[in-house]
Amino acid sequence: MLNFIQQLINGLSLGAIYALIALGYTMVYGIIKLINFAHGDIMMVGAYVGFFSITLLGTNVWVAMLFAMLTCAVLGIIIEKVAYKPLRNSTRIAALITAIGVSFFLEYIMVFLLGATQRVYPADAFPTQTYHFSGLLMTNKDIFVIASAVFLMIILQLFIKKTRTGKAMRAVSLDQDAASLMGINVNHIISVTFAIGSALAAAAGVMYGVFYGTINPLMGMVPGIKAFVAAVLGGIGIIPGAMAGGFLLGILETMVSGYGNSLFRDAAAYGVLILILLIKPTGLFGEKSGEKI
Amino acid sequence: MELLKRNPAALFLKILILAGIFSAIQYMISFKILSTYYQMTLTTLCLNIILAVSLNLINGFTGQLSLGHAGFMSIGAYVSVVFTQNLDAPFLLALFMACLGAALAGLVIGIPTLRLRGDYLAIATLGFGEIIRIILYNIEAVGGAAGITGIPKLTTWPWLFGSVVLTILVINNLTNSSYGRAIVSIREDEVASELMGINIVNYKILAFIVGAMFAGLAGGLYAHFFYIIKPNTFGFMKSFDVLVMVVLGGLGSTSGAVIAAIFVTILSTVLQSFPELRMVLYAMVLIIVMIFRPQGLMGNKELSFKILRRKRGEAKK
Amino acid sequence: MKKSFKRKAISLLTTALLLGSLAGCGNGETSTEDGGTNTATSGETIKIGLNMELSGDTASYGSNARDGAMLAINELNAAGGVLGMQIEPIERDNKSDAAEAATLSAALIGEEIAVQVGPLTSGCVNASIPVLSEAGIPIVAPAATAANITVDPDTNEVRPYVFRVCFIDPFQGTLMAQFALDSGYTTAAIYKDTSSDYSQGLAESFKTTFEAGGGTIVAEEGFTSGDRDFRATLNKIKGTNPEFLYVPGYYQEVAPLIKQAREAGITIPMGGGDGWDSPDTLSVAGADALNNCFFTNHYSSEDADEKVVAFVTAYKAAYNDKTPDAFAALGYDAIMAVASAIESAGSADPQAITDALASLTDFEGVTGTMTMDEQHNPIKAGVIIEYVDGAQVMNTRIEP
Repeated sequence: MLNFIQQLINGLSLGAIYALIALGYTMVYGIIKLINFAHGDIMMVGAYVGFFSITLLGTNVWVAMLFAMLTCAVLGIIIEKVAYKPLRNSTRIAALITAIGVSFFLEYIMVFLLGATQRVYPADAFPTQTYHFSGLLMTNKDIFVIASAVFLMIILQLFIKKTRTGKAMRAVSLDQDAASLMGINVNHIISVTFAIGSALAAAAGVMYGVFYGTINPLMGMVPGIKAFVAAVLGGIGIIPGAMAGGFLLGILETMVSGYGNSLFRDAAAYGVLILILLIKPTGLFGEKSGEKI
Repeated sequence: MELLKRNPAALFLKILILAGIFSAIQYMISFKILSTYYQMTLTTLCLNIILAVSLNLINGFTGQLSLGHAGFMSIGAYVSVVFTQNLDAPFLLALFMACLGAALAGLVIGIPTLRLRGDYLAIATLGFGEIIRIILYNIEAVGGAAGITGIPKLTTWPWLFGSVVLTILVINNLTNSSYGRAIVSIREDEVASELMGINIVNYKILAFIVGAMFAGLAGGLYAHFFYIIKPNTFGFMKSFDVLVMVVLGGLGSTSGAVIAAIFVTILSTVLQSFPELRMVLYAMVLIIVMIFRPQGLMGNKELSFKILRRKRGEAKK
Repeated sequence: MKKSFKRKAISLLTTALLLGSLAGCGNGETSTEDGGTNTATSGETIKIGLNMELSGDTASYGSNARDGAMLAINELNAAGGVLGMQIEPIERDNKSDAAEAATLSAALIGEEIAVQVGPLTSGCVNASIPVLSEAGIPIVAPAATAANITVDPDTNEVRPYVFRVCFIDPFQGTLMAQFALDSGYTTAAIYKDTSSDYSQGLAESFKTTFEAGGGTIVAEEGFTSGDRDFRATLNKIKGTNPEFLYVPGYYQEVAPLIKQAREAGITIPMGGGDGWDSPDTLSVAGADALNNCFFTNHYSSEDADEKVVAFVTAYKAAYNDKTPDAFAALGYDAIMAVASAIESAGSADPQAITDALASLTDFEGVTGTMTMDEQHNPIKAGVIIEYVDGAQVMNTRIEP
């Protein structure tokens, strides 16, 4: 039992990072119905900005995270304006291919500029402390990632439900044309969505660096895909769904390695994706909606 | 047959040109005019054509984004090697089984995902490619991460040439048939084609299976030329390379896919010394082509005798 | 209007294609021309093909080995070359792809190389071998540690043109298993990288030796390269109460793994192979976590041996103060071994180099003094390095 709870804690802190990335995925998808393949790579860029902020500018982790979030918010807006906006009215496949192009562009421009070797996040930026509760182990990093994931989700949810911009975002996601007829500046709202989503990814990037100690230009790929699985699991386009999906996926992976066969952990994640697509394609929190004609 | 009735001269000309290309290269190989290096590049070229043309059926004609082409290729490669190496089967049977294996995998992955909107297929095929790789890592019988070495070199020029011609022929006939028109109508408007009584799921699955099948063929040929296969060879990067070819050539143009496969193979050889730049360039090609010409460079135009003939006709008038 | 645009696009594409193929042809021609002029003046340079993983998933191994090899070449050339001839490296990227590696070897043969150094990974080396052997060009693999590289697994015959300068997987696994047994441990767990044949090879030989010596393997788990979260599996391993944990893998994964193991309360000694060796291991895992950790290696960048010190200093000066890892050292040694073979053969003819490599004796490399055995594997010492408060301390040196 003790071991089970321990594994649950491990799963939650792994899931928190998935959840943070999945939040941005789900927001972007909700607004423009596009899988932003580059989302995981924006996380990578965020991790690098944080890294250079700590090592070159000597800032602490919090300032580094703020820096990363701001930089990536701008990056997100630029990507949207340059690569996705011209394609808003073309076919789905064209937009998806562009997203893959952007993803590879970010990865390899970083390899080109900084080399493929990994960088080590300074360990003293966030010293680890271990807490013991009756046989259970928890570090301050676990608490840090879980708390900030939940905190950011609540802020996001409040923002979307309570503010004017949030309301406008919901309107755009329901019907772009109607929203623009109601006087909403659709372009502006889409930019805001990309900015927020990318900032969340950047936060996840810095956490990843702090948590696992190293970053490299290709680090965004796998967490990006996993986060997408998490978003689909929770119901794509739904904020609490992304959070739940992220935590569930983290716990699932932990349980597969902890009690099943560690060799098939990744296979399990993708297996879940295919399973959920078979049984309930709208995700755990999703409601069935007909295709608009 | 119909083609023959319509225009026997054009058909004859085509066969003549194909035979010419075949024997010219066969001559150069037999008399060692073509160095090993060029033979290998030629093999890569042929494999790229098969991969691009077959992926184009899924991505270009049907409008479904598949990112798991390398996964199907790996199934073909492993299945064929098991047949030639472990069961001493003839190469033809091994290749046939490679196609069958990949097609089966296509069926398994296609049924759940193709019922849904296109985006899911992209991620599901991506995940599928990863699953295949993870499973292969963990099967001791096929060498795990080290893969299989010492595969007999059975892929020769006639096999390659035959496979390329077969791939183009089958996919061309498919796209020019009523099936093909149904598939293209799905790409243009799913709802409208469903209203016209087209069973869109079945057609999508059909296209997906045929595409996967030829990827399996390419895998079988690959394995029996390059001596070694391992799970890493068939990663996402390979699928990405093929996608670049399809996009460049035109989504929905078989001749475009062929031309782009040739072009990209040559380009990649030229850019040999600038590896990072090559990937940046590929990525930029994808973005720029999609923004300025979302249907790909060739669009759905085919390079054929018809164009030439039409030109000649116009000139006569 | 639209039509003409399309037509224009088609003609544009065709032109681009033509240009591309012309460029391709041009390339081919110039290279053969190069070859032609070079045979005439082959007294001046020795061409060494560097077929390396410079992009793709093992790019970091390839680029470090390339840096090591280039350092060796620059040093040799600055000292007047080998037999009075300058060494001309021809560097090619095989994208970590086996087929690409084979194709490149064929291209390098066309450029009339005397010897090929690389690729790094066993898979790419295996793919290169048939082409090179057919052309009678020797290949020196810096770091291909799989057992079946120099010997044909089907016929059990030694491949005449294949050499390496690293010890093989079974050697390292056996060494560590023997060390664990000698230290009095009877139960051990293995946590290996399933996506790497290197890691699987080490794990297998460790298991065989450890079990043969009376030990029991209580758990065998796996991760894949790129993983960063190992806590779930570590907890599972902890539950099986082993006395020793063997983690054959590369530092990218091993460093966070060790850290997480210690955080999860796994205090038992841990062991690994040469893949651990990197300054990153210490900076990621931390000095405390690394206490009671041991790994087998070709060399240690902390070694006080003057040859090693000179190499590390030169490497740091050449590459931005980067500490050379084992790949860099092996890349360096591969070139130096070739140079030594050329000198003792007195000729840069591929066959002469091959014969000299086969009888290489007491070659003093950075990674140790080596002598080629009849299977073309170097007989050289292995070291077991222990981390003591962050410093690498040589625990045992096992002479062959």
